[in-house]
Order: sequence, then C-alpha cells, then structure tokens
Amino acid sequence: MTLKREDISDKLAAVGYVADRDIATALWLMEFLKRPLLLEGEAGVGKTEVGKALAAVHGAELIRLQCYEGLDQNAALYEWNYQRQLLAIKTREGIGENADAIEEHIFSEKYLLERPLLAAIRRATPPVLLIDEVDRADEEFEAFLLELLSDFQVSIPELGTIKATSIPRVVLTSNGTRELSDALRRRCLYHYIDFPEVDREAKIILTRTLGIDTTLALQIARMVAAVRKEDLRKVPGVAETLDLAATLAGLEMQDLRQEPEAVYETMICLLKTHEDRARVTREVSGRLLGKVA
Amino acid sequence: MDSCFRGNERSEMPGARRRLAGFARTLRDNGFKVGLAETSDALAVLISPAAARPISLKPALRALFCATHSDWERFDEIFDAFWRGGGMRQRQILSGTPSAGHAPARRLAEAAVPQEALGLPDRVERRTDGEGEAAADGRGRREGATRAEALLSALDLRHIVDPDEVAATHALAARLARTMRARLVRREQVRRRGRRLDLRRTIHRNVSHGGTLIELAWRRRKIKPLRLVVLLDASGSMNLYTAFFVRFLHGVVDSFREAEAFVFHTRLAHVSPSLRDRDVTRAVDKLALMAQGIGGGTRIGESLATFNRWHARRVINSRTALMIVSDGYDTGEPARLGEEMRRLRRRCRKIIWLNPLIGWRDYSPQARGMQAALPYVDLFAPAHNLESLAALEPYLARI
Repeated sequence: MTLKREDISDKLAAVGYVADRDIATALWLMEFLKRPLLLEGEAGVGKTEVGKALAAVHGAELIRLQCYEGLDQNAALYEWNYQRQLLAIKTREGIGENADAIEEHIFSEKYLLERPLLAAIRRATPPVLLIDEVDRADEEFEAFLLELLSDFQVSIPELGTIKATSIPRVVLTSNGTRELSDALRRRCLYHYIDFPEVDREAKIILTRTLGIDTTLALQIARMVAAVRKEDLRKVPGVAETLDLAATLAGLEMQDLRQEPEAVYETMICLLKTHEDRARVTREVSGRLLGKVA
Repeated sequence: MDSCFRGNERSEMPGARRRLAGFARTLRDNGFKVGLAETSDALAVLISPAAARPISLKPALRALFCATHSDWERFDEIFDAFWRGGGMRQRQILSGTPSAGHAPARRLAEAAVPQEALGLPDRVERRTDGEGEAAADGRGRREGATRAEALLSALDLRHIVDPDEVAATHALAARLARTMRARLVRREQVRRRGRRLDLRRTIHRNVSHGGTLIELAWRRRKIKPLRLVVLLDASGSMNLYTAFFVRFLHGVVDSFREAEAFVFHTRLAHVSPSLRDRDVTRAVDKLALMAQGIGGGTRIGESLATFNRWHARRVINSRTALMIVSDGYDTGEPARLGEEMRRLRRRCRKIIWLNPLIGWRDYSPQARGMQAALPYVDLFAPAHNLESLAALEPYLARI
C-alpha cells in the first residue's frame, strides 16, 4: 500500500518532525520505487531524525545499525552464540547423544544471534532500517551492504540461505568523512539536508521545547543562524539549538535582548570547542544579539 | 514496479518520454551519472499521479538523479533551464564542470604547457649548477633526448626543455606516484600476521571439535592505507614546476585509493574531480588551465584558511599526510600563514613541505612565509628533480 505524497507530509507533521520542503517527496519516492534513501549533510542537521520519523509515520519498528571503522559481518549480520553451543555440546556428550544429532542441534536457529541487518529482513512487517554514518564503515563492508540491499537474502553456511520475509525501508546517512562508492550512490535515492532556515528551526524549537513562546523561539533561531555564519570549528547543529532553547526556557527568559550577559553565559550550549568559545567573546555575542532584533 | 507502466507509456506519453530522455542526456553532459535504471524510474514517476502536481516533480527527479552534494547543488539550475527555458542546453554545458572534452581549450593548454617549459629556463640559467648548465645549452638538450631515465631523474626540472624529455619526465612522475602506492600497500600485507589470539573466533572455529582448541585464530591489525592530500602552489613563481607537479598530482590521485588534490595561487581550488578523468591528457590539460594563475601573488595563508574552513573536516583523518608543494613566497601576512599551519598541524598526522628551491645552491628558507610555516612542518624537503621525490617515498611508508 503506497501512501500519497501529501499524506506523508501530514503524517510527518503529526509525529512531530518538522520536515523541510522536499523530504516528503523523497520519502514518497522511496516508497514508490522501493529504493533506499541516502541522506547527506553536516553533522547535526537531523539526518538520523528522518529515519526515526519515517518509522513513526509507518508505525514500523526502527532497526538501527551504527557503522564504525572495523564493523564486520559478525556485528552487523549474525553470529553464533558460542557459549551456549559449547555448553550444549558438553551436556549432550554427557547423556551420550551421537555426534550428528549434536551438530544438528547446535547449528539451529536457537543458537543464532540476530544482528541488525538479519533482524531487518526477518520481521513479519517491514521495519525501517537505519544505517547510520555508513561512511565510517570500511569499503569491504560497503560492498557487502550493496549486495544485501539488492538481493535481500543472506546465506549462512551452517543454515542455508535466508530470504527476506519483508523488504525493509532503508535509510542510510553519511557525514562525508569518506567518499562513498558510485555503486552505492547509484543504488540509492539522494537527499541533501541543510541546516534549517530560521522559520523552520523556530518551528522545531516550538515542537520540541515545552513552555517556550513563539517570540523567544524565533529569537533563538535567528541567533543560532547568526552563530553558524561565524568562522567556527564546530558549527552548532539542531540538537545544540534545542539545548540552548531548553536552557533559556528553563531560565524563564522572555526576551534575549534584555539579558545579554545570560545569553553569553548560555552560549556554552552552542560552542563545543575551547577555540570556538574563545572566539565568541562578549563583544561578538553582543554583536550577534544585535542581529536578533 | 516500473514494468506496470511500461505497457502504456508509449501510447500515453510519447512526448514526456522523449523530453525525459533529453533531460537525462543533458544531465549526463553535465557530469551526472545517470543510467537507464534512473531514466525508467523517472518515467514511472512522471506518469504516476504525483506528476499531476508539477511542484513535487522537481524534488522527485532531484532525489532520483542526484548522487552527490555537488550534483544536488547544480540540479535546480539545470532543471529550470531545461524544463522552463527550452533550448538552453548549450549554456548549461558551459556553466557545469565539463565532462566531455572541449577541443579548443585542450589545444590551447597543449600549446601553453610546453611553451612555458621551453621559454623560461633562460631566466634562471644564471643560478644553475654544473649539471644544469650542460642541459641548458643546445647540445645538452639534444643529448638529453637519448639519455637514460636515471639521468633524467637527477636533472633539475627547470632544465628539462625538450618536448620528448618533458613527456618522459611526466611519465616518470606518474610511475613514481604509482610505486609509492604499491609500497604502501605491500606494507599492509606484511603486517597481516597475527600477534594476538582472537578468543571469540578461536572458540567458533573449534566448536566442531567439541570445544577442544585445535585451530587457533589470530587477530591481526588491519592497516589502512595512507591518505595523501596534496596542496600545489600554482603561482607565478612556481610556474617552471607546475606542469610537472600537475602530472604528479594526476598520478597520485589516480593510483592512491584515498587521495585529494588542491591547487592554489590567490585562491584555493579542489581539483580531485577533474583529475579523476580517465583520459590523462585531458585531465592534465584541464588542470593546467585551472592552475594558470592570473599573475597575482600567492596567498598561501588565505588558501590554507579556505582549506581549513571548508575542506579539512572532510578530507583529513588521523592517517592523512598533507603535502604542500610551494616555494613559500607568500604575499599575504606571515602571521596568518603561521596560524593556519598551526591549525593544520593539529588535524593531520604529518605535514610535508616540498620546496623546489631547496635544490638550488645556497638556498636557505629566507622567505618570511616559509619562516612562519617551518615550525609546523615535519619534513622540509627538496623537490626540484625526480630523485628528490623518489627519496620521499620511504619516509611516506614509515608514517
């Protein structure tokens, strides 16, 4: 059952994800063409959130695979539960069972540990598979992933081939620490997520922060937009904005311009390195505050 | 999915089909990697109910046809020009990164490179050592054409003027870049012997022996190949060497699995995409054109700042060696250069500064920019001939 594009944007709003203009189209297309979606963008623009929102929209389970350097099939696909296998061997030897029966037994489903990728293709209803930061994994793993994404079947030498019972919706995210292969890129739909524009960021603040009023949310969004234009080592993401909003709301602030000192103090939510902290002095903070009006 | 549309596409949408094929071709001309699968998917989208709302058509096609961020940024312009402007295809090709060769530009570059190499040695003849003088006069040149590669590699690059020699040098440079990679990879294989026991895998292997440990599994350290980032100074003061290093860059980018190349004079340009062109001559010519400075001074500090701000996060990891090829004549503030070098130092594993001038007799790094940068440089080495570049390779292997 394919959802209409309009339904997706409505539902995204309903689950509290403030979508940018085109992401709903990309998500619809993903559904329509049954292709994975590759999301790219700076750290902290909310790539992972898209996966979570998509799961919420479809009421599906979210299965997440966080990639890292050295990630291998054991951690991503399946592994045998060795401890239990050994235990079973010892106990069955004790009661004098024959070798073939033991072997049959210990290589059964009972001793198989599902990892995210195997779990994703064995669910009764299609889950959302979020493969996070795929650029951190090695090239070999990427090639393996590509194979899995086109065949949706896995072969386990001791058990045989396992075919997908349901095709998961796949979302991949990348931070661009390594160039992904052309093959993977071509397999996927592509969407680039930028930092949200002021209005959208204000909306995000309003949906995510309790007890904050519109004026303050808009001021914070403008402030953050100005901070992002500074020459910083770590540009603050949406999560940092939300931290700042929560802090300022907690301080029961009404208007940023009234309390420049408090704003300077709470900048710590946005600036995550010593160098950036040193760069945004009281004067700079004051100047940025001037742009908020 | 698309098979259900294939039946009626011809009867209902012949125009759309043709237009779409044209659009796909335009994208390909602009360097997009668009295959048949994308086009047929696009057609399915085009005749689906979503196409009734043209406003969602653009984002849909964008998600489908783009594969990288740079595609993403250029898509809107191309889309608008094609679907709204009709016959604007010509202009589009010019504004994009050309993937097809431009014959006139190529000839220009071909003509420009040897001329540069031929015309300029006279200017520096006075400073040459004995070996160079032999090559600079006419006789030396003719002899040089038949010399062995060994001799060629010891010759200062400024004095290689014969077109054949130039070509031979360039081939050597490319081969050198490849050897460097071969060495680095072999090193990875030698280390692939276990030192520590992998307990988990050992147990797994021996389940078939009923848990009695017979086969052992070793854990080995996987060594990732070095990533090399090269920043090439293409300013006026370097132009005797630029053509050669451009060729070297191509070899590096072509053969290292992870390499990035940048060229700077007054500005910094990321050139790896142009260098990945399979056609060597075309790639090198394209770059030679890009590298032709407008004659202004070198702003090393500012170029490094651009690099730090926009590229460093993406191209540098903990196993990156940064190679700067420059004579260190900076027209910007030395303090700025020092500051940017300090930042770079913190990000990458090693900084290698290759300075062609070191090969000149009596050279000492007097340029103020060079002075400011030196404290942050791990290896300050000459790069005036091929031998000096080859000498670098064992050092790279040890990083």
